[in-house]
Amino acid sequence: MIIGLEHYLTVAAILFTLGLFGIFLNRRNVIVILMSVELMLLAVNINLVAFSAYLQDLTGQIFAMFVLTVAAAEAAIGLAILVVFYRNRASIAVDDVSNMKG
Amino acid sequence: MMFESSMLAPALPEIALACAIMALMMVGVFSPAKAALGRVSFLSVIALVGTGILIAVVGGDYRLALGDLFVVDSFAFFMKLLVIIAALLALVMSDGYIRREGMSRFEYPVLLCFATLGMLLMISANDLMSLYIGLELQSLSLYVVAAFQRDQLRSTEAGLKYFVLGALSSGLLLYGCSLIYGFAGTTSFDGLATQLAAVDQAPTGLIVGLVFLSAGLAFKISAVPFHMWTPDVYEGAPTPVTAFFAVAPKIAAMALILRVMLGPFGELIDEWRQIIWLISVASMILGALAAIAQTNIKRLMAYSSIGHVGYALMGLAAGTEAGAGGVMLYMAIYLVMNVGTFACILSMKVKDRMVENISDLAGLSKTRPGMALALMLFMFSMAGIPPLAGFFGKFFVFAAAIEAGLIYLAVIGALASVVSAFYYLRIIKVMYFDEGEEVLDPVEGRSMKAIMLVTSIAILVFILAPQTIADYTAHAATALFSG
Repeated sequence: MIIGLEHYLTVAAILFTLGLFGIFLNRRNVIVILMSVELMLLAVNINLVAFSAYLQDLTGQIFAMFVLTVAAAEAAIGLAILVVFYRNRASIAVDDVSNMKG
Repeated sequence: MMFESSMLAPALPEIALACAIMALMMVGVFSPAKAALGRVSFLSVIALVGTGILIAVVGGDYRLALGDLFVVDSFAFFMKLLVIIAALLALVMSDGYIRREGMSRFEYPVLLCFATLGMLLMISANDLMSLYIGLELQSLSLYVVAAFQRDQLRSTEAGLKYFVLGALSSGLLLYGCSLIYGFAGTTSFDGLATQLAAVDQAPTGLIVGLVFLSAGLAFKISAVPFHMWTPDVYEGAPTPVTAFFAVAPKIAAMALILRVMLGPFGELIDEWRQIIWLISVASMILGALAAIAQTNIKRLMAYSSIGHVGYALMGLAAGTEAGAGGVMLYMAIYLVMNVGTFACILSMKVKDRMVENISDLAGLSKTRPGMALALMLFMFSMAGIPPLAGFFGKFFVFAAAIEAGLIYLAVIGALASVVSAFYYLRIIKVMYFDEGEEVLDPVEGRSMKAIMLVTSIAILVFILAPQTIADYTAHAATALFSG
């Protein structure tokens, strides 16, 4: 079987959906949410690189490099905010992020 | 490739601001701990004023820079000046608060400047890549400032919620970008516009990408159904940060959504108009109804801003030059009203303790008549009562929507604005007719009084030349349609 563009797109779509559901269905832990966000961004990268190879155009790969860089910064900031939250709440369960409601 | 200085010239304000911020960080680190905040705040005000002057020098003529990733035109010129004014006022207003409430670290003004730089890049984006980088530079800085009161549970929770939902929206937006790139073969806005003009029927993948992209952008302007983060973040974040959130990022994200929808995807207006119509209606209705039950004034302002975004999107749904000009004008008036209101909210103190319940305003007309009068003007203006600026903001977007044949949208908007008048008027009723138990402290600082005075005067005198200003913004908006 030849692995073509549509296979890559399918994998990326599945990964993206997994990431999306990981954010909404997960009730346990904020770290899992951070992992799900990474999963979504990686799905985007697969898409970009697959399109880039298919179209014989470098733009997609450059875009993927930008996404990687920003994803690293985003993870760092997310973990830092999680640490300050943990210091105040002594918990990182998703259900405990509920001081404000309405 | 030859290097020419003219390739960089249009981006000069952004480059200068970026260099200034890096210098500011050095100043902060090498200053003695006590002097650092004061010094860096002062210098960042100067840096922002300087950037504003450079933006005025670069002007509003259509020019491309940085390999066509970056565009300057009359639309960008106007929106950038609004963002700079919003950032400057937010920075000046936060000065007293951050000293009192244990936030006195010099990173605060630096982060605000970084966020402002991100917004300027968003407004000038001419490619999906520069759109993404600008958006993330803004968002990452804003996540941190939301959690800046790091020993307060409310603030850190606001930061965490904002981060999780913001990261989700960036993911949606990026997935949309990747699909658009794949099915159009280009990320440049000009390239997309020429491609879509050439084909009869846009590929389905491209439309799906556009839907994801608009979902991501709707998150950033907190339009319904992507508004869930707004009330919590507005309530939890430190008040000067909320004041900043309420104006600058909204203006920048609105500018971005206008540029993306009317520029590269202008040919697909029949596809995206339904989406914008729906989120505009939903935002107006939710903004009107959900705010009624609120007791916290910051939370109320969050719902009010959701409603205002709905009205502004009405101009985008019209898809005409008058509509886009109406949105620009609406955002300018929204900036003035919100900055004034937040100057009042930041002055709500009882015995040096911040209070933020609407009931704390009771009896304000007797104890602090000046502040009560100013807040009354802002509330009347937000409700859209005729002689004030807020009325004209609504008038021009409603007129554009009706001209474009969107009668139902305008009718729903008018009804929602009547409902929302209830909670604005309730604040006035509490100030003027209820008896208060505690007396608010006097307004602190000359800058706060000046901001209240100038914004109320601006709201009052707008009636002198509404048509001239509307003509100017409609003319500036033509830049969006040329591509």
